[in-house]
Amino acid sequence: MCGITGIAALSTQANINETDVRSMLPPLRHRGPDGSGVYVDPSRRIGLGHTRLSIIDLAGGAQPMHNEDQTVWVTFNGEIFNYLELRETLLKADHSFHSHSDTEVIVHAYEQYGDAFVQHLNGQFAIALWDGNRQRLLLVRDRVGILPLFYTRQGDRLLFASEIKALLPQLSTAPSISPTALDQIFTFWAPRSPNTLFENIFQVTPGHMLTLENGRLHESSYWDWHFPEQDDYRRDSDTELAEQLYQLLADATRIRLRADVPVGAYLSGGLDSSALVALICKHSNTQLKTFSIGFEEQSLDESVFQQQMVAHLGVENSRIISLNRDIAEDFPATIFHAETAILRTAPAPMRQLSGLVRASGYKVVLTGEGADEALGGYDLFKEAKIRQFWGRHPQSEWRPLLLKTLYPYLETSGTQAKAYLRKYYSIGLDNPGQPGFSHLTRWFTTAQCKVFFSQDLNAALREDAIDRLTGQLPPAFGQWHAFNKAQYLEAKTLMGDYLLCSQGDRMLMSNSVEGRFPFLDHRVIEFANRLDPRLKMRALNEKYLFKQAMKNQLPRQIIERHKQPYRAPDIPAFCSAHPPAYVDEMLSEEKLKHYGYFDAKKVGFLLKKARCGNAIAYKDNMALVGVLSTQLCHYFFIEQFSRTIRATDGACSSLTSH
Amino acid sequence: MMKKTIQHYILGNLLFTEDESALQDGDSFLDSGIIDSTGVLEIILFIEETFGIKVNDDEMIPANLDSVDNLAAFINRKQAIAA
Repeated sequence: MCGITGIAALSTQANINETDVRSMLPPLRHRGPDGSGVYVDPSRRIGLGHTRLSIIDLAGGAQPMHNEDQTVWVTFNGEIFNYLELRETLLKADHSFHSHSDTEVIVHAYEQYGDAFVQHLNGQFAIALWDGNRQRLLLVRDRVGILPLFYTRQGDRLLFASEIKALLPQLSTAPSISPTALDQIFTFWAPRSPNTLFENIFQVTPGHMLTLENGRLHESSYWDWHFPEQDDYRRDSDTELAEQLYQLLADATRIRLRADVPVGAYLSGGLDSSALVALICKHSNTQLKTFSIGFEEQSLDESVFQQQMVAHLGVENSRIISLNRDIAEDFPATIFHAETAILRTAPAPMRQLSGLVRASGYKVVLTGEGADEALGGYDLFKEAKIRQFWGRHPQSEWRPLLLKTLYPYLETSGTQAKAYLRKYYSIGLDNPGQPGFSHLTRWFTTAQCKVFFSQDLNAALREDAIDRLTGQLPPAFGQWHAFNKAQYLEAKTLMGDYLLCSQGDRMLMSNSVEGRFPFLDHRVIEFANRLDPRLKMRALNEKYLFKQAMKNQLPRQIIERHKQPYRAPDIPAFCSAHPPAYVDEMLSEEKLKHYGYFDAKKVGFLLKKARCGNAIAYKDNMALVGVLSTQLCHYFFIEQFSRTIRATDGACSSLTSH
Repeated sequence: MMKKTIQHYILGNLLFTEDESALQDGDSFLDSGIIDSTGVLEIILFIEETFGIKVNDDEMIPANLDSVDNLAAFINRKQAIAA
């Protein structure tokens, strides 16, 4: 895994120079501590930069890399897991290779297949490819958004990089925070691609390719989640399908173990990571090292299940306990790396975990990310299914009571609480066929955090975030099964724009660790998308077929365990007896008013409530974390802009040390 | 006095404001969207701690809890029974 940067000329007047490209590399050193390189083409139309974390072909994989006659150049972040097979194919087609790296495969695959080369790649990637003959630049991001790629126009130049902080040295002024992005974050938990937190800074949408030719930018989609129209599902027997799924997962795991350095795995104790670790043990000979996280708060801690799997499979395990204090102290650095406002602290412990991986001498880990989206695991999918079921008979007394199986706290509030339950979960029930029905309760709960927006911010909002999203869905969306609609929305909002970025790549790469995700192999997704939804959720049994596929590899307790969502303490992390000083500073009336995004009085009430220990509602927790992280983003990337572009990683230390 | 205490709590802790015009005594908390399913628990904790009553399972209904008026009437009834 690596960091990539570059500058392209948007007009004939613009000349690219090497110094400018080099200025973008230091902010990406954490993504590539093992080396760096720059290429500027002779006509000065393009400059490509690269910082390297060496994993495959340690001696020969330096970048930017070129083809035989040096007309095609590439700078690439990621892994092409099928590079050995592709290399064979390309060798037969008379391409000659001068290295054994997966990067070179991209160059020759482009020569062979043109823009369709990306269809031949199985992997995770952000690629900038320059075709000197055609004077044409391609910026490509992997199918689901595992690796990041940002860009912005600056005068008559296009700047692009793996992280926003690498664009900053080439900007003449600090960026500004986009009201639209804040609206999206305080609804969907993240800005929606191609938006970022910042005005005029964009990301290449997952599964898209951006082409620059003759000074014009053109974006196209080369892959998306597709589902069959209703009833056109795979027809094999359940047993056959479970076997096919197992074989596919085994292969997806096998090719992700390809590396010239040792590979570890995250083990949460849940079904997905346990299944993954079992697959790795079964399909590799090396002694596997696993990494786990625990919490001081018992309700969030899964240590018992982690230990069970460690014993069952005989793997090595290292673990850390994430203390509330650690989360608060590391939160500024977490936000500095995430480069966006977030509503949960959950990324912070993930950063601690990647720190443990790095300190243990590892730089690659496999994780179970993506199984819930592809194979149907989330409670939200169950909630949507129950609400659909209820929507067919809205007057039913007992149908909504099924929701209690999902949310045990509804049970504790007694049978009479059903009036509340009815009211709260009946949102949109008059039209269960509407796009977004599955996600309405989450989106509306989250959007209540917008009560803290300042008048100025509210005045700057033009369009409702939910309307905008539902207006941009693919034409076939309306023909899909309700379950598949929910999967699509989950994959395209939360997973692609939040889990894989703020909680995934950024937290891993901030410690120079590469994550690999077998469940997000596009063959697994495409296979799962063709399954009858009842094989993903049988009645209310989630990931049914996946459990069938894995049942012989795992202890029964793991298979039958009630799913526990990964969460970290939010408000409790910041409301200990001695919170770090920045918390008061960033949430002070003065700073809130100065930055202008939030209503200082309302935030004051929230803070007071939080400090009394009374803020138990999800929305209070999300609001406080959202406000604090927005303030931190403004601090790092706007107020301290000139220091941040000089100091890069050091910029966040000044805030955490006092 | 009791209504003022309740109103003050709802304003500061659920509406995050001291603007008294933001909440009328008869306003439904559910209809105005100021509480969700965890918000009910917050209100119950508040009245139990502040007014020394215990809310039974079968009393957790909007008729008792869903506005300042409803809350005040409910608390009065409970205190009268206890006294």
